[in-house]
Amino acid sequence: MFSSFMINTWIAGTAIALVAAFVGFFVVIRRSAFAAHALPLGAFPGAAAANLLGVNPFFGLLIFVGMGVLLLRQLARIGRRDVGTGLLLVLFLGIGALLLSMTSEYGPAVFSLLFGEVLGVSDADLWAILVICVLVLLAMILMYRPLLLDSSFPDLAALQGIRNARMDLIFLSLLALVTATALPVVGAFLVFTLLVGPPAAAQSFSGHPLLSLLWSVIFAEICIWGAISLSYWSNWPIGFFVGILGAMLFVLARGYRHWHQRQRRLVIRSKVLNQK
Amino acid sequence: MVPEVMNELWRCLSQSAFLNSQPVQTALIVGACAALVSAIIGVFTVLRGNAFAGHALADVSSAGGAASFLLGISPLLGFLGMAWIAALGMEWLGVRKARERDLATGIVLGAGLGLSALFLYLDVTTTSTTGAAVSVMFGSLFAVSRELIWPAIGASLAVFVLVALLYRPWILTAVDPDLATLRGISPRWMGLLQLLALGLAVAVCALAIGAVLATALLIGPAGAAIRLSRRVAQALILAVVIGLTSVWAGIWLAYESYYWFSGHAWPVSFFVVVLVFLFYVFAMLLAARTRARTNVTYPTMREREN
Amino acid sequence: MKSINPILSVADLSVDLGGRSILREVSFDLYPGQLCALIGENGAGKTTLLRTLLGLIKQRAGHALIDGAPARENRALVGYVPQKITFDPDLPLRTRDLVQLGVDGHRLGLPLFSSKKKTAVARALAAVGGEEFADQRVGELSGGQQQRAVIAHALVREPRLLILDEPLANLDFGSANALVALLGKLTHEQQIAVLVTAHDMNPLLPEMDRLVYLVDGRAATGSVAEVVQAEVLSKLYGYPVSVLTHGGRILVLPDAPENADVANMNRCSGHGA
Repeated sequence: MFSSFMINTWIAGTAIALVAAFVGFFVVIRRSAFAAHALPLGAFPGAAAANLLGVNPFFGLLIFVGMGVLLLRQLARIGRRDVGTGLLLVLFLGIGALLLSMTSEYGPAVFSLLFGEVLGVSDADLWAILVICVLVLLAMILMYRPLLLDSSFPDLAALQGIRNARMDLIFLSLLALVTATALPVVGAFLVFTLLVGPPAAAQSFSGHPLLSLLWSVIFAEICIWGAISLSYWSNWPIGFFVGILGAMLFVLARGYRHWHQRQRRLVIRSKVLNQK
Repeated sequence: MVPEVMNELWRCLSQSAFLNSQPVQTALIVGACAALVSAIIGVFTVLRGNAFAGHALADVSSAGGAASFLLGISPLLGFLGMAWIAALGMEWLGVRKARERDLATGIVLGAGLGLSALFLYLDVTTTSTTGAAVSVMFGSLFAVSRELIWPAIGASLAVFVLVALLYRPWILTAVDPDLATLRGISPRWMGLLQLLALGLAVAVCALAIGAVLATALLIGPAGAAIRLSRRVAQALILAVVIGLTSVWAGIWLAYESYYWFSGHAWPVSFFVVVLVFLFYVFAMLLAARTRARTNVTYPTMREREN
Repeated sequence: MKSINPILSVADLSVDLGGRSILREVSFDLYPGQLCALIGENGAGKTTLLRTLLGLIKQRAGHALIDGAPARENRALVGYVPQKITFDPDLPLRTRDLVQLGVDGHRLGLPLFSSKKKTAVARALAAVGGEEFADQRVGELSGGQQQRAVIAHALVREPRLLILDEPLANLDFGSANALVALLGKLTHEQQIAVLVTAHDMNPLLPEMDRLVYLVDGRAATGSVAEVVQAEVLSKLYGYPVSVLTHGGRILVLPDAPENADVANMNRCSGHGA
């Protein structure tokens, strides 16, 4: 499992999960679920086009994901999601389907772009992934405090001199970069789960921002390592394991939180009763 | 004069290679079923603000479609079964805080699609079906088996019957749930029945243009029609027209594209999605212009946002 | 007579928005250690006035000075508590963290833990009585607690002027009184100026030093005794009103139509223009 051709996947997966945890942490706080859902779908035709043209998929991904960011900002101005934006997303998928139909390996290409590919990380890919991940990580560390304040309470952040629109653009751009790196490995349909599942679970565990962020990273790494090893061992698609592991983390953590909150309520109630 | 024109038309049609090809005939019929049911159910779905639920159901139903090859059942049944399981699950969980719903639905979608991935992989490795991924996700309308025509028609009829019977209660629950309860109509049951009908529509659409693209037919024609109509009946008719046009034109374009691109046809689903999108944009522009010109906001039915 | 300068000085402030005149020649001063209540109905212009004081809107005429400089330039001296405070129950942010972000939330890079920051945070928390819920998630606090958390966040940078937008709006009577007592304590102990907006002046009466009564963009300013008089308020409203006091509470009532003596009222030219 740790042979030379898998090493790349392990390194790439670890790096991607790390930045996905960081960015996903804020996706959950900012309630940007729609952006996290839409960007991978918008990036999908980019990878398909690159596949068709025979170029490195990263180019296609980055271009389309950049377009996606601009589109999202336009859509945010029009209003929240409605039928139109849903149709736009499906249109992107349709374009991707068309592009892939023009290649010679329609089926396998569709599968790996939608559901991920464990073996697809070449040395060149790995360098690109690591560079992007390091950049995103540095940016996230740099912006941690303003981003946390802006995400939790935009009005207060504005008073401290933080410009909400600029934060939004920076964040969306970082989200776009993570999407572009994660898509080839876990697939367009599972990027959302990797981004959102571990942090949502972590935030159910801890109310301390830094601790919660640390848990996000731990859960994300568990998710990706589990997915890679199970996929390697069973030959089943990695997307399946990411989907299931991510969902399990999410459900378990939410369950824990509900139980914890109920315990607290019972304790408070018994205190009140004892006082009477 | 008219009978002569009619005769000429009939001669053209009956001799066209397009209409004489079996796969095309199957495609036209199944496609029409998909367009009709999705238009009708779509109107109620969008009115209820459930567009995202339709999208989620369609995506998750892909797992059923993929499993159908493993189980040896018809893909229509596979899509339908999964859609109904998901619909019941959604109804049981209920709609809680909007924020939870966003995250939770997304996670469940991911798990469902992950399941599709597994089934599609097993399809390739254990059965002899090829191209399962493509036909489940993006549809291969020309490759649909003739045996599925009657089941598709049957599913569509079931939806028609449901709508015909429950038309008024559904509108009432969409517009004023409290009043509906007062009149003895349970919004929860109505909602459940709508979800089940939605499942039927999802199944037929998934069969026609693939699970992942089915959303376009489910919400597109309905969304466009609602923007342009003032009454539900109007919207229903308009949605059917738009849906049917998109599907049949899509089929024809895909057929012709075989000749344009020397043997390499473009997928039907692509054309259908593009046409639906164009119709929607056109409807939006038209509606905006009409509002601007008359300077009155029509009491159009609101598209409730998710 | 005060020999120190007012921390907030508003003179003949007129603000237009969307072609309409929202504030007309509003004037008042506020000194450190004073609590001022800005009273008015919805649409009277309270929000506009606040936003002008925060430097978010430019006035058409007059000035709003904070410690001698235009409001925009001295924003650092102002602490602000907005009206709508909603925190997600699942937000991974404790009260302590929220206050900490008040200190350095706008700075880039890794947070350096300094003892100075820790004492500032502890002091702000103590000032609002927030130690008891300092380690709880902000989203799990009660409405009153969340408000105190945001006040601590505003206090931590040691503002000289604290502005609170409708803090009493959604509080029950008990919590409202507790908050007013807290604001009074802050004003007098820390010698800051506090400006509070509200619909109803009554909960603030115990701690109020100055009153700015806003009606339709015009203001009557002064002490409670000076402002809350039938003559003054009738002129402001452009309609005869009576002032009733009962048990320390004040009620401003428009006269019944049959008793209203509008003709006698219209002494002020340009009124209602």
